[in-house]
Amino acid sequence: MKLPIFMDNHSTTPMDPRVLEAMLPYFVEKFGNSASRNHAFGWEAEEAVENARKQIARTIHADSKEIVFTSGATESDNLAIKGVVEMYHEKGDHIITSSTEHRAVLDTCKALESKRGVKVTYLPVDKAGMVKPEDVRNAITDKTILITIMMANNEIGTINPIKDIGKIAKEKGILFHCDATQGVGKIPVDVQDMGIDLMSFSAHKLYGPKGVGALYVRKKAPRVRIAAQMDGGGHERGMRSGTLPVPLIVGFGKAVELCEQEMPTESKRLSAMRDRLQTAITSKLEEVYLNGHSTQRLPNNLNLSFAYVEGESLLMGLKEIALSSGSACTSATLEPSYVLRALGVGSDLAHSSIRFGLGRFNTDEEVDYTAKRIIEVVTKLREMSPLYEMAKEGIDLKSVQWAAH
Amino acid sequence: MAYSEKVVDHFNNPRNMGSFKKDEDGVGTGIVGAPECGDVMKLQIKVQNDTIVDAKFKTFGCGSAIASSSLATEWLKGKTVDEANQIKNTDIVQELNLPPVKIHCSVLAEDAIKAALADYKKKSGEQQ
Repeated sequence: MKLPIFMDNHSTTPMDPRVLEAMLPYFVEKFGNSASRNHAFGWEAEEAVENARKQIARTIHADSKEIVFTSGATESDNLAIKGVVEMYHEKGDHIITSSTEHRAVLDTCKALESKRGVKVTYLPVDKAGMVKPEDVRNAITDKTILITIMMANNEIGTINPIKDIGKIAKEKGILFHCDATQGVGKIPVDVQDMGIDLMSFSAHKLYGPKGVGALYVRKKAPRVRIAAQMDGGGHERGMRSGTLPVPLIVGFGKAVELCEQEMPTESKRLSAMRDRLQTAITSKLEEVYLNGHSTQRLPNNLNLSFAYVEGESLLMGLKEIALSSGSACTSATLEPSYVLRALGVGSDLAHSSIRFGLGRFNTDEEVDYTAKRIIEVVTKLREMSPLYEMAKEGIDLKSVQWAAH
Repeated sequence: MAYSEKVVDHFNNPRNMGSFKKDEDGVGTGIVGAPECGDVMKLQIKVQNDTIVDAKFKTFGCGSAIASSSLATEWLKGKTVDEANQIKNTDIVQELNLPPVKIHCSVLAEDAIKAALADYKKKSGEQQ
């Protein structure tokens, strides 16, 4: 086993060597511009791009003409939301989203509120982090032009009832955008069955290269139109100008194909490892709380709060393991994770949260090592924690008059 | 974010971590911060003949908060009550090389020192 261990696969994933192998010819040898229609270099590049487009479309049950390549999921979210608002502004000015969306969706909505006067409803989520389809239905007005709800949450891994939301959107004739950055490659995604009209996702979350993503834009029933946010040579059917990064796209296609092929076995392996990690930790430590949904969650996600221990100090004690914390001790606002707060997790436990993101290259040995180290460091930090001491003395921490600062 | 070597050292080898009995003679206790803010510090001093002969801390917080309180206990030992009152958060910032986002940790440590001294003075005043 090699240290440090990477167990932060929601932030990014290491590229699969098979993906790199597929990309390599497209840097030096096959360097053509896929938009060059008049020579063999261009044709070769175009063929590679179209092949990747087919691989990606097949995986999400779309047509290859419905895939628009972008620089990543943030751009896809921006293009989908701003593109729909601009294109359909005569029809209405209301968007429905949820409070636990990624910042790429939330901040895009906020920008539209302040710059274009668009009205946005931020739906609450339940204790497990799930959006209730009925809340979506109740928020719809005659001015609603877009519903944008994420497939799976990047912090807690909770999977939303996308198909039910898609059904409501169809019934009401409202476009449905889904940020599926954490979903594609991890769980089966079918844009037809789920009733999705626009969908964002990214290569580097599924063992592909950084710097490339895609937006699925439905072509039929209904034909979705979006206003381009990048003007230029009219690439990607006019929706996203700019020379295509051929090697990245080839890698993206290969990465998606590998995820699809390996998903049945890989998702079982990941969830077994995840459960092994959770059991190892909770069997040795008291007052450890699961954040998110106990069953409807990504197979590779585990988000735990360790009472009386601050998350950042826990990570500092685990320097040889790459993890992430909902404690925003380093952020300017000093506010802990807005996702955990939206679930109703208290600020104290939000500060105590750790996100484990398992991936293709993690092993049982790494899981066992991580569990052992978590137990050691939490035990050490609890010894150091005045809150733990007070709790052990039988003091109810909620009854203490704290001097907030 | 990278931590300074001194912060890492205090975090890995905390000085004077632990507790005195609150009602023990000459002990002053200061508890500052709030769990909702992600920082709670408990700082205790033991005073004999106006000199701090021992100090202990327990901290819930990030590495910089732990290091700030650990450093504070080191500095407190051997100082008179008046000298201890002179410790400033900026001294802690300088010693630990704290970045701007971590300055509140040093402020909390200064508050904890002040609170422990005030508690000691209150208790010794009551006894006289």
